Amino acid sequence: MSITVDRVSKRFERFQALKEVSLEVPSGSLTALLGPSGSGKSTLLRVIAGLETPDEGEVSIGGERVTHLPPQKRGVGFVFQHYAPFKHMTVWENVAFGLKVRRLPKPEIHRRVRELLELVQLEGWAKHYPSQLSGGQRQRMALARTLAVEPSVLLLDEPFGALDAQVRSDLRRWLRRLHDEIGVTTVLVTHDQEEAMEVADRIAVMHQGRIEQTGMPSEVYDHPESEFVMAFLGRVNRLGGALIRPHDVSILSRPTPGTREAMIERVVHLGFEVRVEMLLGDGSPLCAQLSRDEAAFLDLRQGRIVYVDVGAGRTFEPSQLHRAAS
Amino acid sequence: MARLMLRAAALTYLALILLLPLGMMVLRAFGSGPVQVWRALTSPDALHALWLTVLIALIVVPLNAAFGVLCALVLVRHEFGGKRALNALVGLPLSLSPVVVGLALLLAYGQDSWFGGWLAESGIRLIFSLPGMVLATLFVSLPFVVREVVPVLREVGREQEEAASTLGASPWRTLLSITLPSIGPGVAYGVVLTTARALGEFGAVSVVSGNVEGRTQTLTMYVADRFEQFDVTGAYAASLLLALLGVATLLMMNRISRRQGR
Repeated sequence: MSITVDRVSKRFERFQALKEVSLEVPSGSLTALLGPSGSGKSTLLRVIAGLETPDEGEVSIGGERVTHLPPQKRGVGFVFQHYAPFKHMTVWENVAFGLKVRRLPKPEIHRRVRELLELVQLEGWAKHYPSQLSGGQRQRMALARTLAVEPSVLLLDEPFGALDAQVRSDLRRWLRRLHDEIGVTTVLVTHDQEEAMEVADRIAVMHQGRIEQTGMPSEVYDHPESEFVMAFLGRVNRLGGALIRPHDVSILSRPTPGTREAMIERVVHLGFEVRVEMLLGDGSPLCAQLSRDEAAFLDLRQGRIVYVDVGAGRTFEPSQLHRAAS
Repeated sequence: MARLMLRAAALTYLALILLLPLGMMVLRAFGSGPVQVWRALTSPDALHALWLTVLIALIVVPLNAAFGVLCALVLVRHEFGGKRALNALVGLPLSLSPVVVGLALLLAYGQDSWFGGWLAESGIRLIFSLPGMVLATLFVSLPFVVREVVPVLREVGREQEEAASTLGASPWRTLLSITLPSIGPGVAYGVVLTTARALGEFGAVSVVSGNVEGRTQTLTMYVADRFEQFDVTGAYAASLLLALLGVATLLMMNRISRRQGR
């Protein structure tokens, strides 16, 4: 089901968490709310879930206005950042909780819980307590518990935030597959742009209580509408007023018209990619990213003088700069 | 060497403060033989005092457990003006001398008071009877459950409750199946402390009870009374009974904290 957020504002004492935020989440999509901490993304998710009441504005789910409905009447599934497992219940009881609340017949509960534990690969752990599970397992238990009640929308608050890198990327792929299988409208909060790009089919970039830009990952990355969006979605070099992505910097061993002289400070090997940190003639730092083969071909070493073509870079209107900074 | 000395210091201190007096009490109680002890404990006044003590605890402990949890929930989960003042007020019985509590209750509910007079006209007597003693015990044992539950509630946080609500649970259902079980150990610990205090209370209860032998005398008052009457066996036998009740609550406490640590 689609979600519509219409000019929602929320203030916590002296902190304005959301400023007239509007957002459309199409039915069946996987949308990421991406932003730094304090940008209001978690608050927005909690407003959609009904865990916070907005000061102004409306929230609709599936075309129905739910602004003043409590969470238990919204039909949303919420997965918390730290999973919020019911610590005094076993994995089985955790997953069964929502079904018991709905007074489903016992055989039905048994069947559904078994199915879900299979779906999240926790069949063998039914009788264990959450404290006996690893972070990734707890995360999957929380997902199963949420999916058990067949929510019309699934809301995930930094779902992979507390996991180590390997588990994280496994779970990301698993979540994407799961979404494609069951097709439930999903909103995911994250501060990790790579995660948003990998998992989501739409990204809403948030900054200081506002949504800066919404679009498909490639759209947002290739056509950022503000300096903030460009800088947040990946590394950038700042040269004067212009922003240049490291992979848009070309390195040459001989000067040609339009190139600038630079000295290599450091060469960092990141597997397939190589990051080259340089100093320009005027002392400003510049970073370039190229493939291992390109780097080997150019024979890049610390202390060498090279010539770089930075192109035009991107500049943003002062009004956008101002908005991003305000 | 230094470790040994530390250990010796701690043990000597404990022996002097705890073991010696308690040991002497046991010796003294049985000094006149177990038959005498048994007789002293089964005298009608002693049995009545025991019964009254247990009765008061049976009324006070559930009440303070229920209202203690309620107060803790309000203090932790609600935002309102005067919250700090209330927080401090809840702890007041801990720092107030029980005798002062007794006198205050006497002032408020005694027959000479405005409210007490009105009650007396309606045929209700609080002071010098069971209700007054219950009131005094409620007062002095109020803080224990609240004090134990507040930090547990803070630590548990709201997330589990929020998760329950998004899974469709009503606030009532969330309280019963999420909040209460997760603060269970804290409540149990508070209940044990409340019980210990209710059984051992002397000052406040003795002021409001009038200390009528065989009628409004609790076990602690019975001990003091026997002692004043030079009935040493009776005094020490009843003390021993109180001490045993104390040990029983202590054992319960240990069991609970062991389960908590699991």
